[in-house]
Amino acid sequence: MATKVYMEALSPTMEEGRIVKWLKQEEEPVMDGDVLAEVETDKAIMELQARGEGTLRKVFATEGDTVEVGTVIGVIAAADEDIGEILATVGATEGERRADGDVGPERAASGPDTAAPVAVAGPHGAAAGAPMQRGRVKASPLARRLAKERQVDLRVIQGTGPGGRVVRRDVESAVSGPRHVHAPATGAGYEDAPLSQIRKTIANRLSQSIGPVPHFFLTSEIDMERTAEARDELNNVPDAPRISYNDIIIKVVAQALRQHPECNAWWQDNYIRYFNEVHISVAVSVEEGLITPVLRNAHLKSLREIAAEGRELAQRARERKLKPEEYTGGTFSISNLGMFDVDQFTAVINPPEAGILAVGSVADRPVAVEGTMTVRKRMRVTMSCDHRVIDGATGARFLQTVKRMLENPLAIVW
Amino acid sequence: MPTITYRDALNQALKEEMERDANVFLMGEEVGVYQGAYKVSRGLLDAFGEDRVVDTPITELGFAGVGIGAAMVGLRPVIEFMTWNFALLAIDQIVNSAAKMLYMSGGQIPIPIVFRGPGGAALQLAAQHSQAFDSWYAHVPGLKVVAPATPYDAKGLLKSAIRDENPVVFLEGEMMYNAKGEVPEGEYTVPLGEADVKLEGSDVTLVCHAKTVTVAQRAAQQLAEECGIAAEIVDLRTIRPLDTDAIIRSVAKTNRCVVVEEGWPFCGIGAQIVDYIQLYAFDHLDAPVLRVTQADVPIPYNKRLEKAAKPSPERVVEAVKQITYLD
Repeated sequence: MATKVYMEALSPTMEEGRIVKWLKQEEEPVMDGDVLAEVETDKAIMELQARGEGTLRKVFATEGDTVEVGTVIGVIAAADEDIGEILATVGATEGERRADGDVGPERAASGPDTAAPVAVAGPHGAAAGAPMQRGRVKASPLARRLAKERQVDLRVIQGTGPGGRVVRRDVESAVSGPRHVHAPATGAGYEDAPLSQIRKTIANRLSQSIGPVPHFFLTSEIDMERTAEARDELNNVPDAPRISYNDIIIKVVAQALRQHPECNAWWQDNYIRYFNEVHISVAVSVEEGLITPVLRNAHLKSLREIAAEGRELAQRARERKLKPEEYTGGTFSISNLGMFDVDQFTAVINPPEAGILAVGSVADRPVAVEGTMTVRKRMRVTMSCDHRVIDGATGARFLQTVKRMLENPLAIVW
Repeated sequence: MPTITYRDALNQALKEEMERDANVFLMGEEVGVYQGAYKVSRGLLDAFGEDRVVDTPITELGFAGVGIGAAMVGLRPVIEFMTWNFALLAIDQIVNSAAKMLYMSGGQIPIPIVFRGPGGAALQLAAQHSQAFDSWYAHVPGLKVVAPATPYDAKGLLKSAIRDENPVVFLEGEMMYNAKGEVPEGEYTVPLGEADVKLEGSDVTLVCHAKTVTVAQRAAQQLAEECGIAAEIVDLRTIRPLDTDAIIRSVAKTNRCVVVEEGWPFCGIGAQIVDYIQLYAFDHLDAPVLRVTQADVPIPYNKRLEKAAKPSPERVVEAVKQITYLD
C-alpha cells in the first residue's frame, strides 16, 4: 500500500520545515525508519524518517523548499504500484494538506498553555528524554483533554493504544510515572507538593500584579579571587579540558540546588514539583536567538564532565543540531553574559522552572576588605525567582550558599 | 420477596391493571380460551370474561386497527401479537394510525394503547420468525418503545405502559418468559424512559436492553474474573424515550462503551446511542465506542450458525478487551 510522506512536526513548535537534503532519491528502495531527508526546523536540523517501505516513488519538494507541516512531500509505494491517484490529488492541490485536521487541534492542545520561550514541550516536556513523536499524534479525546488539563505535551508521550494511539493511561503515567531515565537508582526524580493555602494566595495575587510569572530579583556580588585561582590551577593541569568560570558556576549552582531543593522546582498551576535531580538549562546564544541545552544531572557530574559536555552541547546548539529532548526538561537556568562585559543584568524565567541566575562579568573592582580599600576580582549575579514558588528569603538563602561556595571553591568537594 | 417468572410478572401486571381500570382490555390471537400462546394471559378470561379478553382471528392488521379505534373512544386496549414478526402485517396501523393520531388531531385524540408480544430470535425459528424490530419502532415519533429484561421491570413497565396516554410498543422475548426474578407483591410501577444500572463498574459501560442484559451480565462476570475489568451495565429498559443522561453519566465515569443489542447493526439502536455519546461525551472517550449486534444477515436456521449470528458474551468480552487496550 502506498504511504504518503508528510512534512512532520519535528520540533514542538515547528510549523514549516525546509528540505536541506534528500538522502533518498526517487526510485530508491526504502525501509520503514530509513532517513529520507534532512529537514531544518525552527530549532535544528532533524531527520525525516520513512513510515512505510517500498520504493520512494516520487518527491514533491526539492532541496531548499520550505513547506508547511502536514504537506505531502513524497510517496513510498511498491515499485509497480499504481500511484496515479495520489499524484493526481497532490498535483491538483499542489501539496496536499493532511485532511484530518489533526495538525491543528494538536497545536491548540499545547499552544497557549506553554508560553515558555524555549521549553515549549511544557512542564512534562522532554524531561524524560523520551523521543518526540513526530507528525500527527493519535490520541483519544479523553487523553487530549487530560493532556491539556495537566499540561503534558502529547508528542512526548509514547502511545500504547492501537497504532500508537495515546490513551488515558499513557497520559496518567506520563504525569505520575518515573520520568527521569537518567536518574540514578534513588527512586523518583522529584516530589510533587500540593499547594498550601498561603502558596495559592501568593500565586494568585502576585500573578495579578506582575504577569503570569511573578518575577522578583536578588542580586549579590561575589568575590571571585579564590575561584579564579582554582580555575587557573585547574587549567594548568596538562591535557585536561579547559575549565571556564561558567563551568564552575554550573557546578556550584547544581550543588547549591541540592542543598536548597525549594529552588529546584517547577510551577505546575495546582502543585509544585520539587526535583531531587538538578538539570541545568544553560542559555546559549545562537545566530537567530537563544536556546537552552540542558546539562542533565549536573549535581552528579565532575567539573571536567560539565566542561566537556557543556562545550559539546553549546557547539551543537550553534550548529542547530540539538534534539528536542536536549533542550527541554531543565529544572533551573543559568544565563551568563560576562563575556560581553555586562556587569549585571536580570534574566527572564524559563517556565515552568522557578529560577534563573543571570551572571555578569568577573572584573577587578575596588572593595573594602577589613577597612582597607583593595582591588579584587568580583562578579555580580542576579537571581530571578518565580514568587509563586520561591519567596525572598528562600532565594536569598540559596544565593548565599552559591556565594559562599564560589568564595571558597573547595566547598565543591563537600 | 416472591421469585416468579417474567411470564407471570406480565400476567400480574395485566390482571392488576384490568382490576384497577375497567377500560383496560386484552385482545389478540389465542389470548382467551388457550390462555395465550406463551401463557401470559393465563386465568384472565375466567377472571374478566369475553368482553375484556377477546380472541381474534389471524388478522393482525384488523385487530390492531380495532384496538386503535377502541382507544380513540376512550378504552385502553392491550393488543397481544403472538410474535412481533406477525405484527409486520399491522405496522401500518401502528405507525400510520396509532403514532400519528394525537398529532394529526391537533392533540384532541390520544391513543392510550399497548402493543405487546415477543420479538427477536428464540431457538431455530428461522429467518422470518427471529427478528428484532426494536429500532424500527424506535424510529417513529409518536410511539414509545419499552423492552424489559427482568420480571421486576416487566411488571412495573407494563403497568406504566398501560397507564400511559401514548401508544406503547412493548417488546418481550420467548427466551425471557421463563426467566425468574424477585417481584414484590402489591402495587409498584417502573417509569417509562428511565434506564437502570444493573451493575456498577468503573472500567467500561455496557449498554444493553432486554435479552442482551443477560449477555452483558455474563460478559461482565467473565471480564471481572479473567481480566479484572469492572464493567458497568446500563439496562435501557425504555428505548424511546431514551435515557441519554444515564448513558452519558456512565460513559463519563468509565470513558469506554460497548453497546449490545439483538438487532441488526445498520441503523440499529446502538448507532443512535453512539451518536449521543460522540455528541455529549466526546471528551470523556478514551476509545471508540464499539457495538455488538446480530450479524448483518437473516438469522440462520442452522443451530450453530444461529448461535454465531447472535450477540454473545464472548463477543462482548472481545470488544471490551479491544477498547481497554488489553489485546
